[in-house]
Amino acid sequence: MAKAKHWLEPHSGGLYVKPADLWIDPSRPVERAAVTHGHADHARSGHGAVFATPETLAIMALRYGVDVEASRNQAFEYGDGFERGGVRFSFHPAGHVLGSAQILMEYGGERIVITGDYKRRPDPTCAPFEVVPCDIFITEATFGLPVFRHPPTEGEIAKLIGAVRAEPDRSVLVGAYALGKAQRVIAELRGAGWDAPIYIHGALEKMCELYAVHGVDLGELRLVSETDKAEMAGRIVLAPPSALGDRWSRRLPDPVTAMASGWMRVRQRARQRMVELPLVISDHADWDELTTTISEVNPKESWITHGSEDGLLRWCELTQRKARALHLVGRDLEEEV
Amino acid sequence: MKRFAALIDRLIYTRSRNTKLALIVDYLRHTPDPDRGWAIAALTESLDFPAVKAGTVRTLLATRIDEELFRLSRHFVGDTAETAALLWPDVPGKKAGLSVSDAVDALSAASRSDAPAIVASLLDRLDADGRYALLKLALGGMRVGVSARLAKQAFAQAFDVPVDDVEELWHAIPPPYAPLFAWGEGRAERPDLADVAFFRPFMLAHPLEEASVDLADYAAEWKWDGIRVQIVHGGGETRIYSRGGEEISGAFPELVAAFDQDAVIDGELLVRGEVQGGEAASFNALQQRLGRKIVSKKMLADYPAFVRVYDLLAVDGDDLRGLPWTERRRQLEAFVPRLAGSHFDLSQVIDAKDFDDLAERRAGARDAAIEGVMLKRRDAPYVAGRRAGLWYKWKRDPLTADCVMMYAQRGNGRRASFYSDYTFGCWSEAGELLPVGKAYSGFTDEELKWLDKFVRDNTLNRFGPVREVEKSLVLEVAFDSIHSSKRHKSGLAMRFPRISRIRRDKPAEEADRIATLQAMVT
Repeated sequence: MAKAKHWLEPHSGGLYVKPADLWIDPSRPVERAAVTHGHADHARSGHGAVFATPETLAIMALRYGVDVEASRNQAFEYGDGFERGGVRFSFHPAGHVLGSAQILMEYGGERIVITGDYKRRPDPTCAPFEVVPCDIFITEATFGLPVFRHPPTEGEIAKLIGAVRAEPDRSVLVGAYALGKAQRVIAELRGAGWDAPIYIHGALEKMCELYAVHGVDLGELRLVSETDKAEMAGRIVLAPPSALGDRWSRRLPDPVTAMASGWMRVRQRARQRMVELPLVISDHADWDELTTTISEVNPKESWITHGSEDGLLRWCELTQRKARALHLVGRDLEEEV
Repeated sequence: MKRFAALIDRLIYTRSRNTKLALIVDYLRHTPDPDRGWAIAALTESLDFPAVKAGTVRTLLATRIDEELFRLSRHFVGDTAETAALLWPDVPGKKAGLSVSDAVDALSAASRSDAPAIVASLLDRLDADGRYALLKLALGGMRVGVSARLAKQAFAQAFDVPVDDVEELWHAIPPPYAPLFAWGEGRAERPDLADVAFFRPFMLAHPLEEASVDLADYAAEWKWDGIRVQIVHGGGETRIYSRGGEEISGAFPELVAAFDQDAVIDGELLVRGEVQGGEAASFNALQQRLGRKIVSKKMLADYPAFVRVYDLLAVDGDDLRGLPWTERRRQLEAFVPRLAGSHFDLSQVIDAKDFDDLAERRAGARDAAIEGVMLKRRDAPYVAGRRAGLWYKWKRDPLTADCVMMYAQRGNGRRASFYSDYTFGCWSEAGELLPVGKAYSGFTDEELKWLDKFVRDNTLNRFGPVREVEKSLVLEVAFDSIHSSKRHKSGLAMRFPRISRIRRDKPAEEADRIATLQAMVT
C-alpha cells in the first residue's frame, strides 16, 4: 500500500496531491484545484482549473465570476469523480452548505477522505453527510472542544419566532453568514410555519436566488432597501454579521440584534458581539458530531485541520486513536466574521 | 430553576436598564415564594454558601471529564461556572422539578466534605442553562448588571408600593424576603423594624440652577469628593451602606469597628492624604479601597479611611428625620465627639457672609477632596430622594483641555450603530500622541451623527469593535479633576471626562500638551 506521506503533502496553504499535481482548497491561486465547498476560506479565485460539485461551481461563478462553462472547470455530482495521475477523486455529501462535499482520494490501495467543513444534523438546504470508509480521515475541528454541543435547531428557531412575536413593534435582525447560514435559517423558519415575508440585506439577494434555482424553497423574500421601515415591525430581517452594527441597520424599526452561530453557545462571546438574542445554529459539527463521526468512520489515522485541534487530538489520545494536527492557514473565516 | 435560568439568560444579553427592570418585574409577579426571594437575592449577590467554592466545582469536574479537556475548555470560555455548565454530561430523561429553593436548601446544608456530592446531584437534574444558573447561584459572580437599587425598584414596580419603603425594609429582612412579598401583595401589614441595622434612603440634591440663594434660608457646606455612606448601628451590629443601598461594611472593617454608638449617620467616606492624619486625599486614593472583599493590613495603613459626618438621622432610639436641618445639625455637633476622632470628623459649615462671598470661596477652593458646595435648606426635614428646593449641589466649574481623537468604539443599545465612545490624547514632549481619557457623553444627537461620520470617513485601522482614526480632530474635553495614574501611558487619568465642544476650527498640532494637563493634577 502507498504511504500517504509520499503522495499527499500538507502545506500551510492547502493539501497538495503530488501524483495528480492538484491542490485541495488551496489558499492561493494554483493550476488545478479541487474545492470542497464555496466558502471563501476554501474556495478562492484565480485557479487555472476547478474541480467541484455543480453547486459549488455555481457559487464560485457568482462570487468570483469563475466560468462554469469553461472546459477546464469540471463539475461532478455526488458519487462521481475523475482520475488524474493514478489518483481517483470522488465527491460525497458533507452536509455543510449547498454543494458541500467531502473528497475521497484513492491511490495505490490507500483511501483518504478530506471532509472540508461538515455537520451531521439535518439541514433542509443541502444533502446529508455520508460516512465514507477510509484509511486516513482529514477532519475539520471548528468546534473541537466538549463545551460545544449545539442544541436542537427547532428550539433555536422557536426562540427566534418567540422573540419577534413578543415585541411586535420591533424587528428582529439576524446576523447570518451570506452563504449557507442565511438560507438555512430562512428554510428552517419556513419549516416551522413562518409564512410572512422575510426581509434581507442586499448582500444576501444573489445567493438566495441561487439556492432557489437549485430547488431550495425560501418563500417570499423582500429587500430591506426597497421596504418601508414601518412594514418591518414584527418581522424577521437577515443580514451578514458585519451589517449588524452598521449604519444600514438604522433602516429597521428598533431592531433586536440576533446572531446565528455556533459561537453563541458561549455567553461572553455573544456579549462581546453585543448580541441580544444569541441563536446557536451552526453549519459545523459540534463536539459530539466530530467524535461520533471519527468513531463511525473508524480510520487508521485522523488528521485534524482547522479549529480547536488540541481538544480533538486529546480525545483521540484518550480513545487510543492515531491522530495528528495539520496547521492550515486562513481557515475559519466564516463563523468568526 | 427553569424560569430563573431563563431570567438570567435574558438579563445577560439585555443592555437596556428599562428592559432589565421589566424582566425582573415580570419574574417577581409570576414566581411563587420562596423561589422569587432567593432568585432576587442571588441576582444582587446577597447569597453565600461557604462550603461551595470554585475549587469544589473544579474538583468535581475532574471526576467526570478529562482534566486536559477541562483546561482547554476553561481557557476558551474564560469562566469556570460556564465551562462546568457546558461540560457537565447531560443525564438523559426528563428534567423536572428542581426549584430555586430546593437548590438553596441543598447548598446551605452542604458541608465541605459532602459539597461535591450535593452539587453533582443538583447538576444531574438540570440542563446546560439550568446548570449555569445553579453554579452562578452557588458561586456568585452573576454579572448580569442588576444592582440592589434596580432590584428594589423592580419590587416597588411589581407590587405598586413606594420604593422608599422598599429601600428601608430590604436590608432589615433576610432572603427570601417572605414578609416583604406578603406586604407587597397586600397580604400582611408593613413589617416592623425595631432593633435592626436597616438602611434609610438618602436625601439627594438638585444641581443649583438659580443665580443665587439667600444664605439666611440655606446653610452651606463643602461637597466632598468621596463616596456617600450611611452608617447604621442597631440590633448589636454596625453596617455601612453606599448610596445605592448596597452594604459595603466588608470593605471598611476599621470603620465598622470604630462606630460603637446607637445612631445613624450620613456622611462622606474619604481616605486620608499621603501623610497620616493629613487632609482628605483625592478620589483616586479612595478607589484603591472600593470593591475589596479582603482588606490587607497594608491597605488599611496605606489608605486609611474616615467619614466626614454631615447629618444625623437617628440617635439613641430617636428618629430625627422629621426635624429641621438646624435641629439635626445641633444634635449632630453634640453627637460627633462621642465617636472616635481617628475615624470620624464633622463636616464644617462654611461661614460665608453672603452668596457672593460663598461664590468667591468656591472659586478659590483648591483642595483635591472638594468637589464644590452643598446648600441645604435650614428648615427642611430629612426626606428620601430628590425634592425641589431643599438641597442643592453646586459643583466647581470643570477643567477643560483640547485633545485629539485617537480611537472610537461603537456604543450600546440605541447607539449600537454609532461610534459614540472616543479615546483621545494629548502631545508628549517627544511629539507623540498619548491617550489621556475616554468619553461617551456631552454631545447632542446631531453632533453624534457628525462624529460617527467623521470616524467612518477617517478610519485607519479596525480592531474588532474599535477603530483607529486619522489624528486630525480636536475635541474640547471637560472633566472634574485629573490624577496621576499608572494605568495609562500618559500617566494621567481624568475624572468624569465628557466632550464639551468639537473644535473643527483647531489644527491637531495645536491641541494641549501632556505637560499642560500635568499642571492641573490634584
